[in-house]
Amino acid sequence: MAGRKVVAAKVGKLGKGKPSGRRGGQLELVAAEAPRVKGRSLVARPARGARGSTPPTVAAPAAGEDPAAAAEAAPQAPRRRATAEQMASRQREISISEFFTKNRHLLGFDNASKALLTTIKEAVDNSLDACEEAGILPEITVEVLDLALDAKGEGEPTKGEGRFVVVVEDNGPGIVKAQAPKIFGKLLYGSKFHRLKQSRGQQGIGISAAAMYGQLTTGRPIRMTTRIGKGKPALFMEIQIDTRRNEPVVTEERQLPDWPSEHGTRIELEIVANWQQGQRFVNRYVEHTALSNPHATFRYLRPRQEALTFPRAVEELPREALEIKPHPHGVELGALMLMAQDSKSHDVRGFLQSAFSRVSPAVADEIVKRAGLNGRVRPRDLAEDRELAERLHDAIGATKIMAPPTQVLSPIGDALMKKGLVSFLNVIETEGPEEEEQLDLDAARKKKASKKEKVAKAEAPAVPDAPPEEGVEKIKGHNYFIATVTRPPKVYRGNPFQVEVGLAYGGSWPADKPIELFRFANRVPLLFQRGACGMTEAIVKTDWRNYLLSQPKGALPVGPMALLVHIASVWVPFTSEAKEAVAHYPEITREIQLAAQECGRKLAAHIRKKQHADYQLQRRSLFELYIQEVATAIGKITKKSPDPIRREFLRLADRVTEQELAEQDAALEEQSRKITRRPRRAEEEQE
Amino acid sequence: MARLDQIDKKTVQKIEHLADTVLKSVKGGKSPFVEIPIRSLANVKFNPRRRLIELGGQKQKRYFFNVSMAKKFMQTFLVSEACKELIDSGKTTSIRDLYYMTKHGLGETKQNTFEEQEESDPIIEDLEVAIDSLREELHLFATGRGSMVGPMTIRDSGDTIDLRRMGSGGWSVPSIVEEHVVQFGKSEAKYVLLVEKDAVWRRFNEDRFWAREKCVIVTGQGQPPRGVRRLVQRLHTELRLPVYVLVDNDPWGFYIYSVMKQGSINLAYESMRMAVPDARFIGLSSFDKGKYKLPANVSIPMNDQDHSRARQMLAYPWFQNPKWQREIQEMVRSGQKFELEALSRRGISFITEEYLPRKLRDRDWLE
Ligand SMILES: Nc1ncnc2c1ncn2[C@@H]1O[C@H](COP(=O)(O)OP(=O)(O)OP(=O)(O)O)[C@@H](O)[C@H]1O
Ligand SMILES: [Mg+2]
Repeated sequence: MAGRKVVAAKVGKLGKGKPSGRRGGQLELVAAEAPRVKGRSLVARPARGARGSTPPTVAAPAAGEDPAAAAEAAPQAPRRRATAEQMASRQREISISEFFTKNRHLLGFDNASKALLTTIKEAVDNSLDACEEAGILPEITVEVLDLALDAKGEGEPTKGEGRFVVVVEDNGPGIVKAQAPKIFGKLLYGSKFHRLKQSRGQQGIGISAAAMYGQLTTGRPIRMTTRIGKGKPALFMEIQIDTRRNEPVVTEERQLPDWPSEHGTRIELEIVANWQQGQRFVNRYVEHTALSNPHATFRYLRPRQEALTFPRAVEELPREALEIKPHPHGVELGALMLMAQDSKSHDVRGFLQSAFSRVSPAVADEIVKRAGLNGRVRPRDLAEDRELAERLHDAIGATKIMAPPTQVLSPIGDALMKKGLVSFLNVIETEGPEEEEQLDLDAARKKKASKKEKVAKAEAPAVPDAPPEEGVEKIKGHNYFIATVTRPPKVYRGNPFQVEVGLAYGGSWPADKPIELFRFANRVPLLFQRGACGMTEAIVKTDWRNYLLSQPKGALPVGPMALLVHIASVWVPFTSEAKEAVAHYPEITREIQLAAQECGRKLAAHIRKKQHADYQLQRRSLFELYIQEVATAIGKITKKSPDPIRREFLRLADRVTEQELAEQDAALEEQSRKITRRPRRAEEEQE
Repeated sequence: MARLDQIDKKTVQKIEHLADTVLKSVKGGKSPFVEIPIRSLANVKFNPRRRLIELGGQKQKRYFFNVSMAKKFMQTFLVSEACKELIDSGKTTSIRDLYYMTKHGLGETKQNTFEEQEESDPIIEDLEVAIDSLREELHLFATGRGSMVGPMTIRDSGDTIDLRRMGSGGWSVPSIVEEHVVQFGKSEAKYVLLVEKDAVWRRFNEDRFWAREKCVIVTGQGQPPRGVRRLVQRLHTELRLPVYVLVDNDPWGFYIYSVMKQGSINLAYESMRMAVPDARFIGLSSFDKGKYKLPANVSIPMNDQDHSRARQMLAYPWFQNPKWQREIQEMVRSGQKFELEALSRRGISFITEEYLPRKLRDRDWLE
């Protein structure tokens, strides 16, 4: 617990840096501002790296500079190695692209297999964001080409690291010509950073980082084709990054007269990748993205493998995410000063009302009064006077302000999560090799049974089939229980967020292994850093034994289950720029746990029901065993043939067990309803 | 033997009726059950007027289509069928035999119809109460244990037996002592003395206490079996002989007396035929250790179970009379118990020559 708090605190600090940058660089987000955006700790790293690269030159003159002074000093005192002037001569600006070159792991390009995934992910995330923003049902193609193979796919496939081309194509709105170079050739350029709105991208770094990675490893520029509408020609560009200046250089540009799609964007990136090792990440990513985006169709083309299609499960776009202004309670002092600087308002009251959400004239008055500010103080004064700004900041903190609007998020939703899970399971079940066997077995059993069934039907009066259990889906011959919960939106540090949990239980998942935990943030699957993620923590800290799963101490529960956890927020607090893990905010943890518990209760009801059904089956055979005995005994007592007696008993057994099953099911249902109701009430009391 | 045939016929009819009822339910699409009066403390009442423990009216439905009851249901019919077979063939057998008769494997499983005799014995009792037939009427008996001597003659299965000439072992009391098996002949006996322990009974026999005192002495070797209890009751009701019970001074001894007097909880349905509400508790009393100057070192400290049993007895409705309360409380207070043999410290025949005669003379008993 204590250790976790420390982590949360650290992350909190990092988070603090973000709003400042988000607002501060609104108009001129440039390299100078950039390192601050990424947090102070990051600035320190390149400095250390730079020194590390030239240690001999630093050390030598320092040692010879002032030996006398060194000798006179107390033996413990460290020797001066460099003067301020010497150091000044080595101090210079670091461009963000240079920074990236040295720190590519921070953005998810640690190695050739992970880089493959990150490249695809950045492009696909952008495509989905663009389609949703434009109101287009996404159709996305992901293709990986092994350059060792020829166009027909013949040749010796690359083993380990090698050259690959990643192609991602969407049917989105396209990109206007003037913007394309900066989008693909300049780090920290984007449309999503300066706003508070739920989207996959939020930093303006993603696709240009991928382009930079490609350029660094293969020397090849990113190739991009885009078309913004019917009347417009398609535009093809090759864009290079001048890493020194963090500026794009367009190396080729032409119009394509016969481009098949009306609108959309296609990017092609040549990169060094490891398909052998990295493909499982990509498979996972594509599968899971299809799961969390049931409104999108994905085509996935891989070297020497059959194309995989994930057709969309719904024909409707998710609810549109809305942009909101920041909430005063989430703002840091530095950010406040930057916002004040950018403000066009004439006084503080106006500034507060226009820059923030939930600040009414009355609230603005209250804040200003509490801060003891003179009515004539202008926003610009705040930007220049730290002491003044601090007073305002404290006053904001002390003022009760309505929570931010929360109906601005776009959760997947219960119904779609269910649909997503079903179509996801449909695809992965097809992929499973043992699946074919299973199907055959099932079919065979059915054939055998049918004769018996007919006889039984003729003998016994028809009994209506028990209705299929709610939440149970039959997928490729496997029964899955699916339950989903979408929590109402909540707020952390002034940011609205919403948690959803879905689970698929049973089917062909292994029963003796830890559950599969699928984490999603703004519909993007998180595939790495599972242990460091606040979502994992919340699930581990939930006591799943209450829901009839076994759970080793401090670990994920064990059972045939996949658990999907999704957090949607206008600003997801990631622990790093690679967006791989969510920070440990208590508000978020709590929401995840509440959702998990609610899902768990549904699961427990199902498991109980299933155990119950198994028990019924056992019961049947037990009765059959005893019926033999009873019929013989009664036959002897009454001097009748035991066979008809046995048949009468068997016929009754069918009816009685079904009837009892129905009754007991109803009782169980009632019981689980009570269980579900009870903790909910407790929770409301807490709130 | 015409009478016997009639009883048998009736018993067979009852068994057939039981089976027919089940068949009818099944045909009618109803879940079949057997109705069995509950034989547990919850359904047992002390009838203060008749001074008997009686079975209450509560019945339990034993359903076949109920996982926890199905096996017992099945067993009930196995036992019923076996009993009918016994009656039909005119044979009587032990309940142990019946267990083996009805035990066999179930289908291809490793299970058996009965795993041990402890399973089949209660089923027999269930059947007895379910069709209201006595064990004897089902042609069953429990292993007999019990000895009797006294100044009288009886007829046992047609043989005339003089209970004065039974040697050291005495006449062994059969488990079925109904009138059609045992009839009483000429008797000089003035009372019946039931002794808990076989060893003590042997002392009484060797000392020819019965001849001197003109009484029948019986032992059931611990808790008397049904045969002994039934026989004692018949002696009491038919020959109007008072019954005295001599047991160890411990809760178990009290319990044996209690069962003789008002019947047992388990066999409450047979209290009418077994219990002797007028039976007198002649000893060992908790106060005898003082009256008869028993040295402290022949006592045995009571254990926890003794204590809790004694405390339970304090609450029995039939022990509510103040004398009994004093008696039990004295035992609880002292925390000591005594065996009958403890009296031997005062001499080997102290019990027959001094203790019992004095007790009877002083009318020092409890009722
Ligand atoms: N396929 C596309 N169609 C339309 N616009 C796009 C597409 N890809 C990128 N863009 C635009 O380019 C901008 C920059 O994308 P980039 O991936 O670099 O940053 P981001 O998505 O804003 O944030 P992040 O770094 O978190 O991914 C986006 O904000 C978006 O406006
Ligand atoms: Mg992006």
